Amino acid sequence: MQTTPAVDMITTETPNMKITVASGKGGTGKTTVAVNFFLSVPKTSLLDCDVEEPNSNLFLHNDLKKVKEVTIPVPVIDEQKCEHCGKCADFCNYNALAALPQKVMVFSDLCHGCGGCSLVCPNDAISETGRSIGNIERSLSGQFHTGLLNIGEAMASPLIKELKTYAGENTVIMDAPPGTACPMITTVEDTDYCILVTEPTPFGLNDLKLAAEVVREMKIPAGVVINRAGVGDGGVEEYCHQTGLPIIMEIPYDRRIAEAYSEGIPFVETMPQWKENFLQMFETIKEAVR
Amino acid sequence: MKQLTVISGKGGTGKTTLTSAFAALAENATIADCDVDAANMHLLLQPEIIKTYDFTALPTANIHLEQCTGCGICVDNCRFGAIKEGFEIDPYICEGCGVCEYVCPADAVTMEYNKCGEAYESKTRFGPLVHAKLGIGEEAGGKLVTLVREIAEEVGPKNNCDTIIIDGPPGTGCSVIAALTGVDIALVVTEPTVAGIHDLKRVMEVTEHFEIPSLVCINKSDINDNKRREIEKFCTQKGIKIAGEIPYDTTPTEAMVEGKTIVEYTDNSFAKCVIEVWEEVKEEMQS
Repeated sequence: MQTTPAVDMITTETPNMKITVASGKGGTGKTTVAVNFFLSVPKTSLLDCDVEEPNSNLFLHNDLKKVKEVTIPVPVIDEQKCEHCGKCADFCNYNALAALPQKVMVFSDLCHGCGGCSLVCPNDAISETGRSIGNIERSLSGQFHTGLLNIGEAMASPLIKELKTYAGENTVIMDAPPGTACPMITTVEDTDYCILVTEPTPFGLNDLKLAAEVVREMKIPAGVVINRAGVGDGGVEEYCHQTGLPIIMEIPYDRRIAEAYSEGIPFVETMPQWKENFLQMFETIKEAVR
Repeated sequence: MKQLTVISGKGGTGKTTLTSAFAALAENATIADCDVDAANMHLLLQPEIIKTYDFTALPTANIHLEQCTGCGICVDNCRFGAIKEGFEIDPYICEGCGVCEYVCPADAVTMEYNKCGEAYESKTRFGPLVHAKLGIGEEAGGKLVTLVREIAEEVGPKNNCDTIIIDGPPGTGCSVIAALTGVDIALVVTEPTVAGIHDLKRVMEVTEHFEIPSLVCINKSDINDNKRREIEKFCTQKGIKIAGEIPYDTTPTEAMVEGKTIVEYTDNSFAKCVIEVWEEVKEEMQS
């Protein structure tokens, strides 16, 4: 079968990239950028990796279907076999086991599921069971997946790791959790490009520096989107120029954008001319990844 | 000693703006900045550090290649996939469990403890501040939050403080739980947007789970009337008091640029709203 040169162009020109949208500071517009980017660039998929507070679907309004309950393996002690030697509790670096003279207590909430306790147990008294930490849901089209961490659950990273396996074949955009701690690292790890969303204020700058340092250490190419451009001061721009971090888009401070956001309307729907800007940004990212 | 935690679920709703104003308004409070991986309080309170505490949490595996026979048993047993090609440990993925060290037949793995952050006891123009910096890409944010709170619990009484005001992190996970455990009251800052409401509901489930009495503050309250009413209705249904509403305004940004708290920067209507919220919170804390 013959393919037209145009099709060849598209397939060679669109490498399947993994692009994360992150920020140090919360509330700078990660979800806004991720969702509008996803809606502007054809043949992309979106993963909402902010599993503690996933918001992307509030703007996409997909019907979601649960595809997987994510569990982590936690120990179960067979009291018949256990001799209370305490080796398991000594081994556990997470304090998830406490060996009392007559009983071994398991604190499942603290367990990371490393499996070390069952390896060290001399009596083969430890087996494992799955403890639910959250769910993965998807849209009917399969272009969108989101994780949802159970309430009161501390372990976000294993859920994010599992969610990332649903990336699919297309270029995937990942909405990261705020901060620079493990959930953000887990999201950014092994991606091709990181969009850092910030606002031009002292808080925005402080947290942008932290996030930029993370991606620099992880050797992931990055670019900055300045949201609410026009408020604050020039600190962010100055920092970007000094460190050679490219500014790949600016979204102005505009009450209309804030109002559309408050209603759950992606602003490329009310201001469709912005799709062009996101496509342009996609080109910039492709260049940087190449 | 009373403890108040300011949280939000969603980031950027104004936690630090409010907490810093509370620092200025409260008479005898120690402030604890528990947003350890994106701390901002120091930008407004300009602390003078009195004491630095090293923070060490979990170790990281180190494979000594000269001893490694390349058998791959460590790779098979690592549940986190932290051992890359060439038996190199990815420090960002390694969770420090020690399984690789245990299973290695050639004794080629050691577990190494490195400093992964710092906590600080500081002096500010409003009283003591305890804050921290999590090392780049480090885990264990929750443990550092706990350390900050432990220091604050020592520093508070030493400085005749009767209150600890905790600026919490966004989200609902590890660090949020550490910032909420055992406090007397939580102030949840939200905004009338679909995301603000969604995140408010989730984080309120967390405060309920840990049985912490809560108050709500609606920031940017005039951005969407319907959504504001939705929050009010939700709070009424839940029997949660609304401590106050604050308009959508550039005042906090202007104050931030000057390195000042809202109440130092201006006495405009915005600042008055913030003061009213503090009065409500104070009253609720004392009751």
